[in-house]
Amino acid sequence: MIAIRKNQTSDIPGIASGSLLGIEHMAAAEIMSLLKAAARMNPRRSRPLLRGKRVLLLFYEPSTRTRSSFEIAAKSLGAITTLVQSSGSSIEKGESLLDTVYTLRAVGADILVIRHPNAGAPLLAARHLDIPVINAGDGMHEHPSQALLDAYTILRHKKTLNGLHITIVGDIYHSRVARSAIHLFSKFGAKITLCGPADFLPELAASLAPGLHLSRTVEDAVRGADAVMVLRVQKERLAGKKISLQEYILKYQVTAERLKLAKKDALLMHPGPIVRGLELTSEVADCPQSVIVEEVQNGVPVRMAILARALGKGKGRR
Amino acid sequence: MNQKRTGSLLIRGGHVIDPAAKLDAPMDILLRDGHVADVAPPNKLRDASSETFDARGLIVAPGFIDLHVHLREPGQSYKETIASGSAAAAAGGFTSVCCMPNTLPIVDSPEWVTWLQLPDRRAVVNVFPIAAATHASKGAVLTDFRALQRAGAVAISDDGRPILNDAIMRETLRLAAEIGIPVIQHAEDTRVTEHCSMNESPTSFRLGLRGMAASAEASVVERDVQLAQQFTGSRLHVAHISTAEALKVVRRGKRNNIRVTCEVTPHHFSLVDEDVGDYDTNFKMNPPLRSVADREAILVALADGTIDAIASDHAPHALHEKVVEFERAMFGITGLETALALAITKLHREQKIPLSRIVELFTSGPARVVNLKGRGSLARGNHADVTIFDPKKRWTFEVGKSRSKSRDSPFDGWQLTGKVVATIVGGRVVHRTD
Repeated sequence: MIAIRKNQTSDIPGIASGSLLGIEHMAAAEIMSLLKAAARMNPRRSRPLLRGKRVLLLFYEPSTRTRSSFEIAAKSLGAITTLVQSSGSSIEKGESLLDTVYTLRAVGADILVIRHPNAGAPLLAARHLDIPVINAGDGMHEHPSQALLDAYTILRHKKTLNGLHITIVGDIYHSRVARSAIHLFSKFGAKITLCGPADFLPELAASLAPGLHLSRTVEDAVRGADAVMVLRVQKERLAGKKISLQEYILKYQVTAERLKLAKKDALLMHPGPIVRGLELTSEVADCPQSVIVEEVQNGVPVRMAILARALGKGKGRR
Repeated sequence: MNQKRTGSLLIRGGHVIDPAAKLDAPMDILLRDGHVADVAPPNKLRDASSETFDARGLIVAPGFIDLHVHLREPGQSYKETIASGSAAAAAGGFTSVCCMPNTLPIVDSPEWVTWLQLPDRRAVVNVFPIAAATHASKGAVLTDFRALQRAGAVAISDDGRPILNDAIMRETLRLAAEIGIPVIQHAEDTRVTEHCSMNESPTSFRLGLRGMAASAEASVVERDVQLAQQFTGSRLHVAHISTAEALKVVRRGKRNNIRVTCEVTPHHFSLVDEDVGDYDTNFKMNPPLRSVADREAILVALADGTIDAIASDHAPHALHEKVVEFERAMFGITGLETALALAITKLHREQKIPLSRIVELFTSGPARVVNLKGRGSLARGNHADVTIFDPKKRWTFEVGKSRSKSRDSPFDGWQLTGKVVATIVGGRVVHRTD
């Protein structure tokens, strides 16, 4: 075994410090310092904090935003990136996750970014490696960099998350974005309302964090909100469910009319990819309150901060 | 096995607990030629030719019987063999184990039932095969129960592949009733638990894992109890029961004089779903660890007699099958070597369940479920299967020292109370610790 754990000053026992596995176990102060570091990052002006470092992007699932965003973030910091995907790699030949990450460590990875369909896969890798592991989305579990860029986006428009009314509408059960966002907003004292049909929002969801409110009526959920985060609904996930596609659209689609119930300056958010005409109307996606494109833009500095933090860089002012 | 003459052994100075014989007193026991020759108050037995076992300060009990183990042979000897699994059984105080048929191939023929019992398997304890109910456990075509029973099968089960089809289950219970063989059901409605890897709970939601609903167990138990009462003499046994809901169904069935029995595993009475922590695959098994309320219901059912036996569901796997993504990890953990100590630590010491009840759950309870003649009690003339243990001995379980080939135990490093001192099968000491 090449990757032997040694002399770590990690936050979680047995995990290399600088890893980002989920929001759940992060302290609010740690999150805030990451967001502050992100504000100092400018993708247009390269800052070679990671010059000569190798960032390995291991993607077991398709991705547009997260992958390109991490890649550009790494390159903006002067790092070398290599993308490994399940198709066209030895993963297709049955190589296990651990053997794959040992291999990537052996070729010289300094940071490993993992997107994986199984919940907990990045943690498994981190437990067996001596380099920081960044979770770029694991199954239905967490998508921490997305939650961080969402918080970053909100804070560019609102002074604080504390007391903010944030509503999340859609398929929360299957959503790693939702789980990370809920943990993050909750740590900063936001009032969170979750909205969706029972198949997408089981009662159990209320146990995820303190102070969650569940709603089955989108109008009630959106009313008075400071931010409305809409989640993608995958048509295939409606198969065999109590609620039909038409019924979902009728009851839960975020329309201009429904968005009007939110505060005037409410932000309309969506982690993407969006399905126009399903979870939201095209009109809403492109409305002035929509920060969907801005979220994607903010992904780059936030991920620059995540990668710099991974190797203990970028803490001071430039 | 163990049919040859083994000489005699006098177990002196111990405290005998034999619930079937209503015995809970200091007694000496003389074993001769593979059978119990005599049980008498201290210092009454004299046999000059016999070896003596000093059992002072120890509990002497009938040999423990485990209704539910996976020995992985034929076909998966990389996980476990009958030799290694039975050595683990001996270390855990079990003198008899009933092995599940979900091997490669499935034990669905008399030939395989016979094969499991051959001396070549090098079993160190008694091995009683459980045979499949349907061919290849596919749930479609019934096996020949009579022939399987004649070859030595003590029960019928498609363990791990529950029989969901009503007509097939009805026919299984009917034919099994005719020949008096119990039917063991792994109660899980697999139609609703697909892709699930733990109990449906706040923990499963937090971890983003699909959760098995408790009702997926209870609904099958409910259906089976309904079917079982239609046939006189049918004997339904619910494997590794894990939910309050299913226990209610069994309790009701027993009250209505339906012959339904059930077993519980040490991990289900010791752990809960939260213990999965952050994807620890040593806590992944099927049925999954359940809620605190389910565990409490299990503790009540253990004390009030609803549960008939403690069974380990010893399910060994190789490292490469467990040190993987949680959702891809195999279900199952080992359990033979920790069962008694967990029962003493969690049930006797914490819950104040009497030792005699615990011994019953390991001996006469399981013996009755699969109708093992001459076992489960130390009555004169019975098989000389004896388990001797120290109920006060504190020790630390180290999985690295396990006799099993597998290392998947959630109890590694646990401080436990109660340790097996000697395991005697057919009058021969097959395991001994000092």
